[in-house]
Amino acid sequence: MSQNSSDKDDQSPGNKKGISLPISRVRLIMKSSPDVSSINQEALFLTTKATELFVQHLAVTSFNNGSGKETNSLSYSDLANTAEETETFHFLTDILPKKILARDYLQSLEEMKEEDADF
Amino acid sequence: MAERPEDLNLPNAVITRIIKEALPDGVNVSKEARRAISQAASVFVLYATSCANNFAMKAKRKTLNAGDVMAAMEEMEFERFLEPLKEALEVYKKGQKGKKEVSEQKRKDKEKKQDSENDRSREEEEEEEEERMEEEPEAEEDEAEN
Repeated sequence: MSQNSSDKDDQSPGNKKGISLPISRVRLIMKSSPDVSSINQEALFLTTKATELFVQHLAVTSFNNGSGKETNSLSYSDLANTAEETETFHFLTDILPKKILARDYLQSLEEMKEEDADF
Repeated sequence: MAERPEDLNLPNAVITRIIKEALPDGVNVSKEARRAISQAASVFVLYATSCANNFAMKAKRKTLNAGDVMAAMEEMEFERFLEPLKEALEVYKKGQKGKKEVSEQKRKDKEKKQDSENDRSREEEEEEEEERMEEEPEAEEDEAEN
């Protein structure tokens, strides 16, 4: 093994700069927004860093409020609950819809019908 | 511009690592949950960009800058990110500024180095310079890495 290769740590290229998500990918996502014409380097860096903080915050909030604390797990429904219950994560409700069973959905439809009938 | 929709996804391996590092050891994160967080992160980028862009447009600027992103975080009620972002930006700025100085310094060092092979004074600079290692022919001398 040459020591040369250990100097180039390809696993986390941005790590020493304090970020690990690829800046180029973040720029691509930002540029996909139609109104954006250009983004300076600092804004790009900050958005990338903010996205990492966001991922951490979403994961930790969902885990702490979730049902998986005893089983040591984080599930989709924990995330969907966070999106619904936490104000700052409300913008995620469209892509984190709560899952319900068809059976429960049909039942709630039935109940609504019955309620309507009562009035 | 993104040509394929998957270009707008963030790399799963990196997202998974960030999640794992944020949670206590040994927490099992389902595949579905990881995918959802990754998609949420992409939506976050778009939302933040849109907010930041509004601030830039209000100020009649075409280029998004750091202040726009910070203002966007406040608007999105992620004030908790402001402090860590400020700190990260400071480090980033120093790194950018340092790069030029370091490469200047490096050139001088290299010249010196040919005279004295036992120069060990470069240890501290090494951290900021990891990107330049590729151009560094004397890499095998770096006993002090990391």
